[in-house]
Amino acid sequence: MNRDIPEETIDQGGSPSMAHVARPGLDTSHGVILYVENVTVSFDGLKALNALNLYLNAGELRCLIGPNGAGKTTLLDVITGKTRPDTGTVFFGNNLDLTQLSEYDIALAGIGRKFQRPTVFHGHTVFENLELAMQANKKVWHSLLARLSRKQHERIASTADTIGLIDQLYTRAGLLSHGQKQWLELGMLLIQDPQLLLVDEPVAGMTHQETERTAELLVSLAGKHTVVVVEHDMEFVRSLARTVTVLHEGSVLAEGNMEEVQSDPRVVEVYLGA
Amino acid sequence: MVSSSLSETSPEPLVADPPAQQTEQHGQAGSVLTTFLRLHTRGEWSLIGLFLFLGAVVIPGLNLLPADSAFHFPDYLIPLLGKFMCYALVALAVDLIWGYAGILSLGHGVFFALGGYAMGMHLMRAIGTEGVYRSELPDFMVFLDWKELPWYWYGFSNFGFALGMALFVPGILAYIFGFFAFRSRIRGVYFSIITQAMTYALMLLFFRNDTGFGGNNGLTDFKRLLGFSLQEPTTKLGLYVTSVVVLLLAYLACRYLVTSKLGRVLMAVRDAESRLMFCGYNPHGYKLFLWTLSAVLCGLAGALYVPQVGIINPSEMQPANSIEMAIWVAVGGRGTLSGALLGAFLVNGVKSWCTAAFPYLWLYILGAMFIVATLFLPRGVAGLLRRQADSRTGETTG
Repeated sequence: MNRDIPEETIDQGGSPSMAHVARPGLDTSHGVILYVENVTVSFDGLKALNALNLYLNAGELRCLIGPNGAGKTTLLDVITGKTRPDTGTVFFGNNLDLTQLSEYDIALAGIGRKFQRPTVFHGHTVFENLELAMQANKKVWHSLLARLSRKQHERIASTADTIGLIDQLYTRAGLLSHGQKQWLELGMLLIQDPQLLLVDEPVAGMTHQETERTAELLVSLAGKHTVVVVEHDMEFVRSLARTVTVLHEGSVLAEGNMEEVQSDPRVVEVYLGA
Repeated sequence: MVSSSLSETSPEPLVADPPAQQTEQHGQAGSVLTTFLRLHTRGEWSLIGLFLFLGAVVIPGLNLLPADSAFHFPDYLIPLLGKFMCYALVALAVDLIWGYAGILSLGHGVFFALGGYAMGMHLMRAIGTEGVYRSELPDFMVFLDWKELPWYWYGFSNFGFALGMALFVPGILAYIFGFFAFRSRIRGVYFSIITQAMTYALMLLFFRNDTGFGGNNGLTDFKRLLGFSLQEPTTKLGLYVTSVVVLLLAYLACRYLVTSKLGRVLMAVRDAESRLMFCGYNPHGYKLFLWTLSAVLCGLAGALYVPQVGIINPSEMQPANSIEMAIWVAVGGRGTLSGALLGAFLVNGVKSWCTAAFPYLWLYILGAMFIVATLFLPRGVAGLLRRQADSRTGETTG
């Protein structure tokens, strides 16, 4: 797949004042949106990531699985700038070296992240959570004078609709159920409109029905966005039915579709124990 | 796209009317005046009006009555109330950074004192040759046998310059301190401890005679401000009214700030800083802005305070003073601006009464107030009042 992210997905906020915050053009001319090459991270001698290589194609939906301690969350930490790799390079498109950027610069560059534990702003309403996440100029002085345009209001409402929280728009996020918080965080990702979404265990604590809808939502995002899902729930991974990467002890053990991966003897060994 | 199907599963009823705070954002361009008026509900505005009326009209009016009148407001209470206004301004500044951004400063006494020193330096220069030694130089410099004014005293004979410095010096100190502290991601109790160390270090510096600010005794024996004698009751009244008005303006500015998007970002810093970073905000910039603003407000309070109490010395930088400032806010209710004001008035009111009635008990009472507020009133007195108001009107959200 070789496609550029169309301009309109970048600036859905619509108001002319937001034009100047559009990200610097991301060069994905080789069809690859993320290059993780030879990345090693060690904590006190323990190698959380060990010479890991991972490439993501623009627009794909990738599932990351692996036993506990395989390095899945550490990998997301490295991509989002929370953890600096000891060695190796991480490039967003062909031109952005993520190891040199701060967390917020990476977020502004177009990488959104959903945490393992749902993390929303508890004291704020659903509306305010979405407002804060929405693409805008996020500098101090702009925030001081910021006023929401009608278009931005509509955007918040439509996102709340998508995540099924339209009726809780003015409810404080701290009062939402666990599943609703998960959805709110997903909504905050959506309204941020990143090119690359990193979603860590999106269906933990969700009912079966909610899980199904989450899968639907993630599948619908792929294509326009690149999505990485970290998940334990094999049923869920299967329902996404996309490329699966298996991590083990900080490296990629296997990659392919679900059937290939599941029949790989090394994967079976890792999951069932030697 | 997935449709809104999930909303059907939600058990909660549809919210009919969004709260006023939300609808306000619909305003298109909106004139400055309407933005301003929307800071408060009508009821709140009338409370503010009442405060202004009582503070800046009724009390001064009663004070101006002849001294033998039954309604005469005693002269000695005017500077005391003026002092409370300054403390309230400090509480506002502390609440801004602690209540809204979750950063507990135990060093705001420094910013207050620096603002006070800047104004004190002007008042010293304004004495002219009327000092004990009839010299152009401030008395303490003559006493130390200094022959000329140190360079950092230049310009302070100008009131505007001194006032500017009262804001600038605390601001620049806070900016530099905050720049390094926030960049190094120092948070929580570590930050608080460093601010204590800062105030202590500056106190020691100002205690030295060689530093050039009057050492131990500080700056005092002021004669006049802008030509008005500081001993005159009308001057004191004028300073008091100025304090009331400045406090009110500062309050409204802070209110605007915390209800703006910037305020919501700051509360997000408090509640989930890492989430905020992954939303693309640089929390250090926000913290630094608020921290510096808070210090400037404290400096302003110090500048208003010194002419009313007639002295500034390094004891204002004692670590305990800064802790007391935090207690005002904790007792009043952090996270609400009105709570901070209430706390400053309440604690200082009790203090004034207590230190006269039974001075030895004051520190125990202060400690007890803090413990009670921490254990039983997590949202302070303001939170208690609000809860009662809510239960009376049957509201569930506040």
